[in-house]
Amino acid sequence: MVQPGYGATVQDLGRPGLAALGVGCSGAADRGALRLANRLVGNPEDAAGLEMPLGGVELEFRRAATCALAGADCPAWVNGRPVGTRTPLAVPAGARLRLGTPVRGLRVYLAVRGGLDVPAVLGSRATDTLAGLGPGRLTAGLLLPVGTAATGWPAAEHAPRRAPAGPTVLQVIPGPRDDWFTAAALRTLCGEPYTVTADSDRVGMRLDGPALERAESGELPSEGMVAGALQVPPSGRPILFLADHPVTGGYPVIAVVRRADLDAAAQARPGDTLRFRLEGAGR
Amino acid sequence: MRVLRCGSDAVLIETEDAEQAQRLHAALRDAPPPGTGELVPAARTVLVRYDPSATDWQRLRAAVTALPLREAPPAEAAETVRIPVRYDGPDLAEVARLAGLTPRQVVERHTAARYRVAFCGFAPGFAYLTGLDPHLRVPRRAEPRTRVPAGAVAVADEYTGVYPRTSPGGWQLLGTTDLPLWDPTADPPTRLRPGTAVRFVAIGQHGERGERGESGEHGESGEHGESGEAVRP
Repeated sequence: MVQPGYGATVQDLGRPGLAALGVGCSGAADRGALRLANRLVGNPEDAAGLEMPLGGVELEFRRAATCALAGADCPAWVNGRPVGTRTPLAVPAGARLRLGTPVRGLRVYLAVRGGLDVPAVLGSRATDTLAGLGPGRLTAGLLLPVGTAATGWPAAEHAPRRAPAGPTVLQVIPGPRDDWFTAAALRTLCGEPYTVTADSDRVGMRLDGPALERAESGELPSEGMVAGALQVPPSGRPILFLADHPVTGGYPVIAVVRRADLDAAAQARPGDTLRFRLEGAGR
Repeated sequence: MRVLRCGSDAVLIETEDAEQAQRLHAALRDAPPPGTGELVPAARTVLVRYDPSATDWQRLRAAVTALPLREAPPAEAAETVRIPVRYDGPDLAEVARLAGLTPRQVVERHTAARYRVAFCGFAPGFAYLTGLDPHLRVPRRAEPRTRVPAGAVAVADEYTGVYPRTSPGGWQLLGTTDLPLWDPTADPPTRLRPGTAVRFVAIGQHGERGERGESGEHGESGEHGESGEAVRP
């Protein structure tokens, strides 16, 4: 690691099954992108790679390696020569891979054939930034060992990109606490645009937009949370929970982004506009 | 019980009280309906994740409401986890004042009760223990501490617990234990799983420190924390 950019972390598909012990799943925020990058280098989909918000990373390879980038569209160079994303890259020993800033999307993923072989904690190499589990934030000078997780060679040499124009549309399912809000609040959520603020990380995205009005002002005891939950603190502005969300929380959740749209949510970056639609209401 | 949708692959089951939530969690763990996955018990709810290719929320609702709940929480742990505590916490005197007891009586009541892990949350291995003596049910500190040391034994609202790692926290600190409760290299990483029975045992001197009147670093202990986070540690 020559330059960790804006907070690169090691991620895999996380540590599911431990929520009853207070341990969230964590893992890649855009799971589809990590899976794709792993497939392109012949790794199992759950091998550990790098998650790099806003790019800006530089790596030096001690040994020759096969890599792939996926996720946010990001310019990249090997020894100064531009290389493509979503395709296997042969990086010679001693070469430097450098990432610029994504032109679209937030999180860039790097898979290395064999997978990153940092020590696993509770069965996963993912960094959970909220719980403080896993390898922690990466720093310049760190040596990242490459493992032997590869299982074969991929069927494809390039994965085409699906790049919808316009604001990100996320489908939501009302509840579990939509009855703690006025009927107008859900209409507002699904009718007005919300902007991703700079106060966003792997735990969640704070959104700016019209406040969601509570009908019920009491206190909610702690209850289980899921990724995609739109939790509404007293400000009335929702927080969209991502990979490192807390296991339980005490603010009411007005609606939950459906699982299939979570990867798109994880690619929204500060300043981007989000629109929410009720599930089944079409796009 | 109410079964509430929680996204495309989970439901949140709201129970009548904390005890029913513990019984429901035990029943779901012992006889999970087809397609169910991870269970997350909490204060008055159990979150149930499910595989949407194997079941849906209406089928789960039917299965959950038909599930027989045993009368009492199962005596799951043959063994009771005993936690040795030095009752030297900075909030012992304040808890005694709020409870109208002496610090020694606070210690006696805290060690006399039998506790059970209702759920974990807030941080890895942070167990919410129910069974607290009603006299010791005090509000959180008006101003949470930015740093509570690992091993701090604390109370707030209807719960008691032990901070497994150094973290911020707003519960009232009664004492300290050296018993390691969280080890991510162990399997399981904590002994305090939901359903586990727990007792606290006093070690060394206790009570004296509080009687010297070290209360109120931050003045009166006020109302619960910000709305909706009342029992967050």
